[in-house]
Amino acid sequence: MADKSSANAYWAANVRIILISLAVWFACSFGLGILLRPALKGIMVGGADLGFWMAQNGSIYVFIALIFVYARMMAKVDRDHGVEE
Amino acid sequence: MDQFTLNLIVVGITFAIYIGIAIWARAGSTAEFYAAGQGVPPVMNGMATGADWMSAASFISMAGIIALAPAGGYEQSAYLMGWTGGYVLLALLLAPYLRKFGKFTVPEFIGDRFYSGGARLVAVICLIVISVTYVIGQMRGVGVTFSRFLEVSTDTGLYIGGALVFIYAVLGGMKGITYTQVAQYVVLIIAYTVPAVFISLQLTGSFLPQLGLIGSYAPGGGEVSMLAKLDSVVTELGFKAYTSDSPNMFNMFLFTMSLMIGTAGLPHVIIRFFTVPKVADARSSAGWALVFIALLYTVAPAVGSMARLNLTTTFWPGAVQGTALSAPALSIAEIDSNPNLSWIRTWEKTKLLEMSDKNGDGLIQYFNEPKVVADAGKAVAAAKKALTEAMTAKGIAVEGVDLTSPAAVTVNGAADADLTALQTALNDANAAFTASLSEAKLGDKTLAELGFKGNELTKVDNDIMVLANPEIAALPGWVIALVAAGALAAALSTAAGLLLAISSAISHDLIKGSINPNLSEKAELMWARVAMTGAIIVATYLGLNPPGFAAQVVALAFGLAAATIFPTLMMGIFSKRINKEGAIMGMLAGLIFTAVYIFLYKGWFFIPGTNWLPDTADQYVFGISPLSIGTVGAVVNFVVAYVVSMATKAPPQHVQDLIESIRVPKGAGKAQAH
Repeated sequence: MADKSSANAYWAANVRIILISLAVWFACSFGLGILLRPALKGIMVGGADLGFWMAQNGSIYVFIALIFVYARMMAKVDRDHGVEE
Repeated sequence: MDQFTLNLIVVGITFAIYIGIAIWARAGSTAEFYAAGQGVPPVMNGMATGADWMSAASFISMAGIIALAPAGGYEQSAYLMGWTGGYVLLALLLAPYLRKFGKFTVPEFIGDRFYSGGARLVAVICLIVISVTYVIGQMRGVGVTFSRFLEVSTDTGLYIGGALVFIYAVLGGMKGITYTQVAQYVVLIIAYTVPAVFISLQLTGSFLPQLGLIGSYAPGGGEVSMLAKLDSVVTELGFKAYTSDSPNMFNMFLFTMSLMIGTAGLPHVIIRFFTVPKVADARSSAGWALVFIALLYTVAPAVGSMARLNLTTTFWPGAVQGTALSAPALSIAEIDSNPNLSWIRTWEKTKLLEMSDKNGDGLIQYFNEPKVVADAGKAVAAAKKALTEAMTAKGIAVEGVDLTSPAAVTVNGAADADLTALQTALNDANAAFTASLSEAKLGDKTLAELGFKGNELTKVDNDIMVLANPEIAALPGWVIALVAAGALAAALSTAAGLLLAISSAISHDLIKGSINPNLSEKAELMWARVAMTGAIIVATYLGLNPPGFAAQVVALAFGLAAATIFPTLMMGIFSKRINKEGAIMGMLAGLIFTAVYIFLYKGWFFIPGTNWLPDTADQYVFGISPLSIGTVGAVVNFVVAYVVSMATKAPPQHVQDLIESIRVPKGAGKAQAH
C-alpha cells in the first residue's frame, strides 16, 4: 500500500460496490421473492407468478450474476488503485 | 444383471476413484493438509465447495421437504434462497479478506483480529458444536443410503463410510478432500439431474427441469400450466394449494435470513476459500461454487413439484385428464399387476410409503384427512388400545375377538364392569368417528357420501421424492444405481469437509495455538492426522448412536453460525473500532440468546420434556420460530459488540494495521504457517 489516502479511496470504492450489490441481493430475494409477492401476483413468468419464480429459481440466477459482476468490478477497482496481485 | 449387482458395481467404481485420488493427492505439509497448498484453481474449488456444501439433506430430502410441506411448497423457498444467498454474503463480505489474511482457520482469524486467546477459544467452541452437529446427520445419511441400496445394515454402511473417509481425509487432508470432492460433485450432479430431465420431459415436454417448473402440463393436453394443475389437484384432495402464500411472511423472512447468514458463517464453508491462489480467486470461486450449487438447487423445486404431481396422479388416475375424484382411486390389484407401479411395493418395504385400505374397497384413496376425522380416528385408536390392554391384563385373548362383542368383556362367565366401561368408551368413539365422516367434506361431498374412511396412503416420506424418482419415471437400472452413488457422494463429501474443519480447529487452534506454540510443522501435521482420526471415530460413534435430538440440533447449528461467527467476522473486517471486549461479549450474547430461545421451545439441551413453552406457532414470540431466531441473535451480537466496544479502548495499532492489510488484495502470496 503506497499511501493512506489511496488506501482509503480504494476501500470507499469497494464499500460502495458492496452496498449496491447488497441492495440487489435484498431486492430480488426478500423483496420480489417474499415481501412483494402478494402485490405482484398478476405478473407471470411462464406458469408461475413472479414472486413464486423469484423465490424458487430467479433469485438464485441473480445471486450468481451478482457475484461475477462484483468480482469483475473489483478486479477493475484493484487495477485502478494499483493494489492487484 | 439384477439391480443389486448393478448398484454394487456403480458404487464400487466411484469408491475406487475416490481412493485413487486420495493416493495421488497425499498431503506433505500443513499448508497442504489445511488449505490444499493454496493451489486449487477457482473453478475446481467451486466444484469442491458445491460437493462440500450439498449434504445428504440437500440431495435426498430437500425436494421432498418442498413437495410435501403442509403449508405448500412456496413457503419452503426459504431453503432455496437461504442456502444459496449466503454465498453472495461470503463473496462480498468475508471470503476475499479472509484469504488475504492468509492463515488456515476461522478461530485463528478471530484470535488475531481481536488480539485475544479467549476470543479464539470461544470461536473454537462454536465451530466444534456447529460441525459435530452437522457431521452426525451426514454419517446417518451414509448408513441409511447403504442400507437402502446395498442390502447391508445401517451400522455396516456406517463402518464402510467411516473407513473410506479415513483413507482419503487422513492421507490427503484438505488436498485429498478437495480433489475427491470434485469427483463426488460430478457423480452427485449427474445422479440428481438425469432423473429430473426425464420426469420433466414426461410431465411438461421440456428438457430442462427449470423450464418444466414454469411449463405446461403435457399429459393433460398442455392447456394448463404444471403448477396450476398441481394446485387444482391437491386442493381438490383437501391439501393446501402448492403455490399458496406463506401463512407467516415475517417468519419466512427471518428464516431465509437466518439460513443465509448461517451459511456464510459455517466454518467448513469458509475454509474452502483459504485454498485458492489469490484474493481475486476467492471472489470468483464463490461465484463458481454457486453455479455448481445452483445446478442442483434450481432443479430441486422442479423435482419436488413434479414428483408430487406424479405421485398424486398415480393414486388418482382420473386427475391426469380431469379431476381427481372423477374416476376411482388406484386399485391394489393394479399396484400388484402393473410393472410400472412395482416401485410402490419396493418403497413400502423400506417404510418410506405406507398404505392401509381402511374402507376395504380394494382401492387406495389418498387425500388430506380433515382435522375432525383425523382427531376422531386417533380417539378410536386410543380407546381400542385401552380396552385391549385391560383385556390382556385380565387374561382375555385379544386375537380374533370382536372388541365390540360381549365376549370381549366376559371374565369367568360374567361381564366385567371395568372392561364394559372401556367397551362403551370404544363404542362412543366409533360412533363419533362415523359422525365425523358425515360432517367432513372433500369438495362438495362428505366423506360418508364418498365412502371414504380416512386417508389410505398413510405415510409418504420426504426422501421418496428423490430416491424413487428413477423408478417412478421407469428409468433403466443404471440410473437407480447412480442415485445410490450420488446420495453416498453427497453425504461423504460433506462429512469429510466437516471433519477437516473439526480436526484443524483441534490441531491448529487448540494444540498449536494454545497448548504448544513451538510445535514443529512435522509434529503439527502428525497431530492434524491424529485429530482427524479421532474426529472420524467420534463421528462414526455418534452416527451409530445418534442422540435423540440429532434433527433438532441442526437448527442450533445454523442459529449459532448466524449469531456468532458471521457477525464477528464481518465486524472484524469492516470496523476498526470493534475491540476484544466487544467481540467476546457480542459472541457470547449472540450464543446465549439464540441457544436459550431454542431451548425454551425444544427443551434445555434438547432433553425431551424440559421445554418451558410448547413448540407451536401460537406460542412463538412475534411468531418467530426457533429455526428463524439466528437472525435476531445476529442483531443482538452486532448491538452488544458495538456498545461494549464504544465503552472500552480502541484496538491497538498493530491490529489497525492488520485490518488495513486484509482490506487490500496486494501481497497475499502463500499463507504463513505462523
